[in-house]
Amino acid sequence: MSAGSQDTKRKIKLTLPEEEIMSPGHVACLGCGASLGMRYALKALGHKTMMAIPACCWAVIDGPFPYSAAGVPIHHSAFETAASTAAGMTHALSQLGQDDVTTMAWAGDGGTFDIGLQALSGAAERNDNLIYVVYDNEAYMNTGIQRSSSTPHGAWTTTTPVNHYRKGQKKNIMEIMVAHRIPYAATANVAFPEDFIRKLQKAKEIKGMKFIHLYAPCPTGWKHATDKTIEIAKLATQTNTFPIYEVENGVYKINRKIKNPKPVAEYLQYQGRFRHLSDDEVAYIQSEVDKNWERLLKLEQAFGEE
Amino acid sequence: MKKVLTGNFAAAYGATAAKVNVVAAYPITPQTTIVEILSEIVADGHLKADFIKVESEHSALAACIGAQAAGARTYTATSAQGLALMHELIHWAARGRLPIVLTNVNRAMGPGWSIWADTTDSISERDTGWMQVYCENNQEVFDTILMSYKIAENEDILLPQLVNLDAFFLSHTSQVVDMYDQKTIDSFLPPYKPTIKLDVENPRSFGALTSPEHYYEFSYKIAMAHEKAKQVIADTGREFKKIFGREYGMTESYRCDDAEYILVTYGTIAGTAKDAVDRMREKGIKVGAFKIRYFRPFPVEDVVAGLSHAKKIGVIDRAVSYGHGGAFFTESKAAMYGHDIPMYGFIAGLGGRDVSIEDISGMVGHMQHQDPENMIWIGVKK
Repeated sequence: MSAGSQDTKRKIKLTLPEEEIMSPGHVACLGCGASLGMRYALKALGHKTMMAIPACCWAVIDGPFPYSAAGVPIHHSAFETAASTAAGMTHALSQLGQDDVTTMAWAGDGGTFDIGLQALSGAAERNDNLIYVVYDNEAYMNTGIQRSSSTPHGAWTTTTPVNHYRKGQKKNIMEIMVAHRIPYAATANVAFPEDFIRKLQKAKEIKGMKFIHLYAPCPTGWKHATDKTIEIAKLATQTNTFPIYEVENGVYKINRKIKNPKPVAEYLQYQGRFRHLSDDEVAYIQSEVDKNWERLLKLEQAFGEE
Repeated sequence: MKKVLTGNFAAAYGATAAKVNVVAAYPITPQTTIVEILSEIVADGHLKADFIKVESEHSALAACIGAQAAGARTYTATSAQGLALMHELIHWAARGRLPIVLTNVNRAMGPGWSIWADTTDSISERDTGWMQVYCENNQEVFDTILMSYKIAENEDILLPQLVNLDAFFLSHTSQVVDMYDQKTIDSFLPPYKPTIKLDVENPRSFGALTSPEHYYEFSYKIAMAHEKAKQVIADTGREFKKIFGREYGMTESYRCDDAEYILVTYGTIAGTAKDAVDRMREKGIKVGAFKIRYFRPFPVEDVVAGLSHAKKIGVIDRAVSYGHGGAFFTESKAAMYGHDIPMYGFIAGLGGRDVSIEDISGMVGHMQHQDPENMIWIGVKK
């Protein structure tokens, strides 16, 4: 028997759970980061999961009535109520003796950073037993690319035209959530599914409020080629624009430390939303990315593992 | 077991007797004591429920929606500004066909800040698909909450219900309330068994994007459920009487049989109207009082049956729809279309202004001597 035929018989060892709970018949745009995110999330959490999804891209991606691609029960909720609706669900499950079911709120950045922040803060302060995932595509994409408080400095959106582009840093939602002293908060990136899945599986075992900030590129809104989603997502972390870290009971841990971070310009160049930026602006964005990274390192130094 | 209770205690004990699984509520004057009492009842273990201490009324109703969708019996309570903040979710609960029961302590809308009785808050939720009932006394508050769950959870109905009581006149006024024994209540109102819910064994999506091909039919089904509710409300009232001895319909007639003048009203004014009727009857005026309990569904048939023999009809509203008149008046007038009976619309008691027996007698005097108008303001300082 030749070595080659042995290879073909050998089962490929997957690093992700094999079962696909989400079906392919969804209606996401080509290259959508958020649809990848959901696929991984359900692989991680399994069938015994129910979701609250507010107005966001996923309110549409799942499919119109009577279709649903997710494969787990979904309650479509009002825009600002992902956390409060999920809170109701998890308390009901607890009262009805269904503690083996995971409740997940799955919301976009607009529904989390902006209009849903009050309800999210309430659920976090009460330490309600749920996983809240914000898939961050850095603008109101479902309504046609309007800026949110998660839109980064320099970006074009339909409400921040190129001659009046977004000024100021995106809101640091992680620091807001960590300030609530919840048991678990983490960032994740659709380009690193093993890390995202590990974090969800960890979150599933923790009682109380778990928050995951998932980075999810949007080719439609960011004006990048649909086959560049993963490459751009990787660059976001490789340039330290979107660091991957977790905060468990207040203890910071940076999960990916980049030895030689790439220049931010490399990340920006693939995206039409940054095309208008001058070299000075790119240099400014680089300096802000560096500052944020330094701050995160200090946080890890101060509040990391002993 | 009889107890002396304020309306707010009656409401909280009603929810407790209904054995709700999840409560989510936010404090607002004059509803506050409902939240306080329920917190204690849950903390003491007298009610096995989760009380979610939310950060707003908006989240209160959102949490009830999530909990009810997951299969729990839920309860919340609010007033005025709180109900207005819930407005988006008031629609959400009805279109989601979730039989949530909400006690609203009727309070005036600001500005200026007013914590006193006025039904503009609940009337503003008229077109949401919720059933709406108005209580006259604290016994009715307790009884109505029990009946509300039974009606709302009926398989043919599946709609939320707003149980209204007037600020202070009921919420903070003590009356004797018979609370019955829990076993009897349980036989009347068994635990909630949803026919459809969020279920990991049978995954479905609720409230998804709905095209014009389907949305219209969903609305039609809500309208039909309201029509069916009229029968279910009547049946439930009769069943309640059999067990507890008190009957409640969608409306209630008081000395109307031979009445030439009938005063239509709701809430606590209905009680005052009965006393006013007694006094006027002593003077030989043939007058009756007609209480409307249910504003939604609107009891058109009962109104027609109860009023069509009158010579003149007056309707008292503790709210005003600016630019037209009180909602109970305009709806009653529409129901009486074709009967050619002069109808008088009285606006009274806004912002907690007292409506006295003399005020009500004055309305009948007005009907005897003046032409009908849509908006007659009682005791207004011009």
